[in-house]
Amino acid sequence: MNFITALGSQDFLQNALFTGLLASIAAGLVGPYVVVRRIGYLAGGIAHTVLAGMGIAYFLGANPLMGAFVSAILAALLIGYISLKGFDQEDTVIGALWAIGMATGILFISQTPGYKVDLMSYLFGNLLLVPAEAISMLAWVVGGLALVLLVVHRPLTAVIFDEEFARLRGVPVKSLYLLLLVLVAITVVLLLQAVGLIMVLALLSLPAALAGHHARSLGMMIVVASLAAMAFTTGGLAISWQFDLPAGATIVLVAGIAYLVSLVWRSTRGQRR
Amino acid sequence: MTFRYGEQVILDSVDFQVGAREIVGLIGPNGGGKSTLLKLVLGLLKPVSGCVQVLGKSPSAAARHIGYVPQFANFVKRFPIRVEDVVLMGRQGRSRHWGPWPRADREAIEAVLEEVDISHLRRRHIDALSGGQLQRVLIARALAAEPRLLLLDEPTASVDSDGERSLFELFHRLANRMSVVVISHDLGFISDYVDRVACLNRQMVIHDTEALTADSIEKLYGDHVHMIHHHH
Repeated sequence: MNFITALGSQDFLQNALFTGLLASIAAGLVGPYVVVRRIGYLAGGIAHTVLAGMGIAYFLGANPLMGAFVSAILAALLIGYISLKGFDQEDTVIGALWAIGMATGILFISQTPGYKVDLMSYLFGNLLLVPAEAISMLAWVVGGLALVLLVVHRPLTAVIFDEEFARLRGVPVKSLYLLLLVLVAITVVLLLQAVGLIMVLALLSLPAALAGHHARSLGMMIVVASLAAMAFTTGGLAISWQFDLPAGATIVLVAGIAYLVSLVWRSTRGQRR
Repeated sequence: MTFRYGEQVILDSVDFQVGAREIVGLIGPNGGGKSTLLKLVLGLLKPVSGCVQVLGKSPSAAARHIGYVPQFANFVKRFPIRVEDVVLMGRQGRSRHWGPWPRADREAIEAVLEEVDISHLRRRHIDALSGGQLQRVLIARALAAEPRLLLLDEPTASVDSDGERSLFELFHRLANRMSVVVISHDLGFISDYVDRVACLNRQMVIHDTEALTADSIEKLYGDHVHMIHHHH
C-alpha cells in the first residue's frame, strides 16, 4: 500500500502526520531564535535532562510527557539563572545538567518494573505510536507557543540582536532570555514526540539554518523554517513508510540533505557574484 | 567621580558637565577612560565614588532619553535583519514593548532615515553595508529614540574623510536640538565642529577649542604628537 492510500485508511498514520506537522511548526517557530542566538548546545542540554523527568514520572506511575515538560522547563530556568548570575560558564552548566539528567533518568528507569516500550519511543521517537489524544494537547501547546511569540517577537528580537542596546532602551532583557529558554524547553519536549531525544537538535536547527540562507528577516526565517520542517516531516514519513525505514531517522536525513543542498547552492551563488 | 576596575584607577576625580544643546569633543589616548566615561553616563557601570546625573536623574532613570552609538557593533552582521528594522530598534522604550511595531513608530523613523541619508538603504540587509553605511545606521538607531543627549564613541573610525566631514556636520546640526558628546581621535575635525574639547587621560582637562595647542595635546597624550594641519 502506498503512503497516500495508507494515509486515507490508517488512523495511526494520520496521527503520525499530524504530530509531525505540529512538531514542525514548533521547530519553525523556535528554531530560528535558537540558530541566530547560537544556543543549539543549550537545547541539547535541555533535551537530555528531559530523560530525568520522564524516568521519575515513569517510576511514580505518572504521565511521562508531564515529567518531560516539568524537567525541561526546570533545566531551562536553572541554566538561564546560573548563566545570568555568572556563577559559572553556561557551557559547563549545560554539560553538567546533560550528564546528571541522563544518569538520573537511567537510574529511575532501571528501578521501574515492567515493560518500557513507551519510554523507548520518547528516546528514539516513533511517530507511528503517538496516541490520538496526544495530538489535541500538542495542538494547544503549539497554538500557545505561536501566541506568546507573536506578543514577544519584537522585544525578543531586540534582545537577541543587541543585548546591551535593548537593556539601555528599557527592554526586560533577563526575563525575555529566560522566557526564550522556557519556549525552547517546551519545543524540545514537543519534538521528542516526532523524532526522539537523539534527533531533537536536528529538527530544531536544520530547517532554521536552511531558512537563514534565504530569509532577510527573522519573521521570514520563521515562515520558511516552518514550511521547510513540514515538508521534511511529511517527505520523511512517506519515504520511511514506502521503504519500511525508521521514521525519525528518515526525517532527519531528509532535513540534513536539504540543508546541505541549500548550503552548496548559496555558496556557489555567492561565488558567482 | 572616580572609577576603578579592581585596583586600577580608570577615572580619577573627573568633574564634567555638558550643557543643553552643547557639542563636546572627547579626546585622549587609548585606555584613557573615554569609553568608560560614556558607559558610566549610560548607567552600564557605576562609579566607585562620586555620582553621575543625567538630565537631573540617575543614569538608569534617564537612559531612555540618551542616544548611544557604540564604538563597535555588538551584533553579528549575518543576523537576518534589514536596515529599517535596526533603526526601529531605537524606538524600543518610547512606546509599548509588546506586539508588532505601532504605525506611529514606523512613521517616526522616516525623518531619521532622511536626516542620516540612508533612506535608499532601508530595505538592504545589514550584511550588505559598508563600514561607513553601517555607522550611519547605528547613528540613525540612536536618533530614532529622539534623545536629549547623544553619546557617540568614535563614530568616524571606519569612515573616509568626506564621510567624516558630513558626519561632523550632522552632529553639529543635531546640537541645535540635543546635547552631543563625541569621542574622536581626529583633533582637526573636532576643533572645527565642537564647542569645547574635553581631554581625558584618567583625569580630565577641558579646553575651549581655541586653547587646544600642541603643548596641551602633548601633555595629555604623554608623548610627542605630530600636528598635521588640514584645510577644510
